[in-house]
Amino acid sequence: MHPLPTAEITTVATVPVVQAAIASDSNGAPVTPYHLVHRGGPSNPSVEALQARFGDEIIRSEVTWGETTVFVRGDALHAIVRWLHDEPSQRYDYLVDITAVEYRDADRPIEVVWHLRALAHRQFLRLKVELPKRRTLSVTSIMDIYSGADWLERECYDMFGIRFEGHPDLRRLLLWETYKEGYPLRKDFPLRGRFSRAEQLKQALAADPEARYSKDELSIAEAFDSLPDDMKRRLADRAERHELNDEVGE
Amino acid sequence: MSTRRTIEVALGTSGLDAQGKPLRAPLVAQGGQAVALEAPTLTREPEIDSDHMLINIGPQHPATHGVLRLVLELDGETVVRCIPHIGYLHCGFEKIGEYRQYNQIIPWTDREDYLNSPGNNVAFVLGAERLFGVGMTDRCKVLRVILMELSRIISHLVWLGTTSVDIGAFTPFLWLYQERENVYNLLEGWVGARLTTTATRVGGMAADIPDGWLDGLKAFLRGFPKTLDESVRMLETNAIWAGRTVGLGAMSAQEAVNAGLSGPMLRASGVAYDVRKDFPYLDYETYDFDVAVGTAGDVYDRFLVRVEEMRQSVRILEQALQRLPDGPVNIDDPRLILPPKHKATSEMESMIHHFKLVMEGPRPPAGECYVAVESPKGEKGYYMVSDGSSKPVRWRIRPPSFVNLSAIPKMVEGHLLSDVIAINASIDIVMGEIDR
Repeated sequence: MHPLPTAEITTVATVPVVQAAIASDSNGAPVTPYHLVHRGGPSNPSVEALQARFGDEIIRSEVTWGETTVFVRGDALHAIVRWLHDEPSQRYDYLVDITAVEYRDADRPIEVVWHLRALAHRQFLRLKVELPKRRTLSVTSIMDIYSGADWLERECYDMFGIRFEGHPDLRRLLLWETYKEGYPLRKDFPLRGRFSRAEQLKQALAADPEARYSKDELSIAEAFDSLPDDMKRRLADRAERHELNDEVGE
Repeated sequence: MSTRRTIEVALGTSGLDAQGKPLRAPLVAQGGQAVALEAPTLTREPEIDSDHMLINIGPQHPATHGVLRLVLELDGETVVRCIPHIGYLHCGFEKIGEYRQYNQIIPWTDREDYLNSPGNNVAFVLGAERLFGVGMTDRCKVLRVILMELSRIISHLVWLGTTSVDIGAFTPFLWLYQERENVYNLLEGWVGARLTTTATRVGGMAADIPDGWLDGLKAFLRGFPKTLDESVRMLETNAIWAGRTVGLGAMSAQEAVNAGLSGPMLRASGVAYDVRKDFPYLDYETYDFDVAVGTAGDVYDRFLVRVEEMRQSVRILEQALQRLPDGPVNIDDPRLILPPKHKATSEMESMIHHFKLVMEGPRPPAGECYVAVESPKGEKGYYMVSDGSSKPVRWRIRPPSFVNLSAIPKMVEGHLLSDVIAINASIDIVMGEIDR
């Protein structure tokens, strides 16, 4: 074995479970959950702590198939996640996932979903914020709490058009920056896309490969000035038409 | 950030050149400067006033393991900034899933993390079964464990093989791919397919194992550890291998947890989080196996952790072989499982069940669940939301290598350009899973 390079590496110990949200045996060790009920059952103890701490900001909670979901108010989300992350009795130090759900029922609001895990306490918690479709879809970014939220928030923005306020670099992630068809995982987006195959092909063939560099990327390396003139002009044109930033497709 | 050590002494090789002088590790980057480690006096390189350079790796590059594109800003040879671009393989799996019945989604799970298809199949049906509120038979449970661990082995074999090629060793690649071939032959004998297995169904399996299949598995388990040991021996104490992996891309435990890393990436940083132990499924708590944990969180530790995981998978497979019970593989539930063909053509009730299952598909109650498994890449989760119809409202894949890859700027910045390849390889990315 090789020696340790630095002294600052610390280990997050997995301590014995106090209360297991899903299932545990008599010693508190986690076991495979069986016989989960559809609705109801023991809820995650963090719910009570959240209600005691945040009161009206917690709208309601429910337990489905053994997993606890907490609906919270959007403007309190950041404070709630910050508290769940920092509070020693909670310590939700691991962000599993950020995503959104749009239901087929057009009147139901879009739900933004955060899956959090407390590694030390072996707890799992789902937070939800409901966003009515009529208003602007935006929630607070939690990237300052979890650095792993970066791409998860960008993907959610890319697929649903939900803006994460405070995210330092909210660009499209899986789709390209000049994508014009909208947000694919919304229910009003047809499975085959908004444009016909012929139109999609036409756009793909007409796209110039330099669009794959953003102006930002070229300028950080001070390479913009050394580009060929026609490429510089094209990039400048696109910047004028606001095609190089986030307003595209809205 | 980089602390490349002179590895020859630590690893027991002679570490001396022909003149008997100690060999030194090459130049490394520290704080944007290239300095020689172990030099008696650290002399700074003279400042050469020059522009930073923008360099583009990929999307078509063999060392990017798919179609990843990295835009790197270089100061000399040191990476100052890294901007990853993904999405070249985006196919909209999640959107397509909203138009498919649950059993029809299983083939799509083959194609996301295509090195781990059987494991994805199992993970998906575990989620679907929780959504339907059904269980599985005892035989099915053990067969699924066998599938999960076999697919962990093949995924890690591909990782070790391709990473060694990236770093310049070709022999382990050939040896390990031969073992991988053995596993694919086993899978082919079981489900008929090699890469895209679609081995499971909601409530059971596509097929029970054929006669004599377990003998093939036993033969594999006898031969595989030897090949693994031989290949690992070529790398573990190899000065070139260690020189190109030790100290690279290190993430501390805090950083790794905060960035949401999972699997070998997280465990190499010293966090003993394994979904099989901490949130068990398929009765993993009853198997006797250890979780491999690293200390430094660098590329070398990730290598050690993955190698040890393969050895632990062999242990689990041996225990699964011992306890495999007889009995049916599918649950006895006509709402989910197709009736046998002869019954569907001769009995009225079975025919109706068959018709309903094929035409409408099984309907879970409205609800949602998130089910995570320990895939070779890390925590793979499926979040499914049902509104009571036969197709999910939302099928979300939590791709482990997506989150792992998102930390790559933090890992490569400050290292040399050639080290980017090694660090990128150590993440074990599969672009099919990242782009979906």
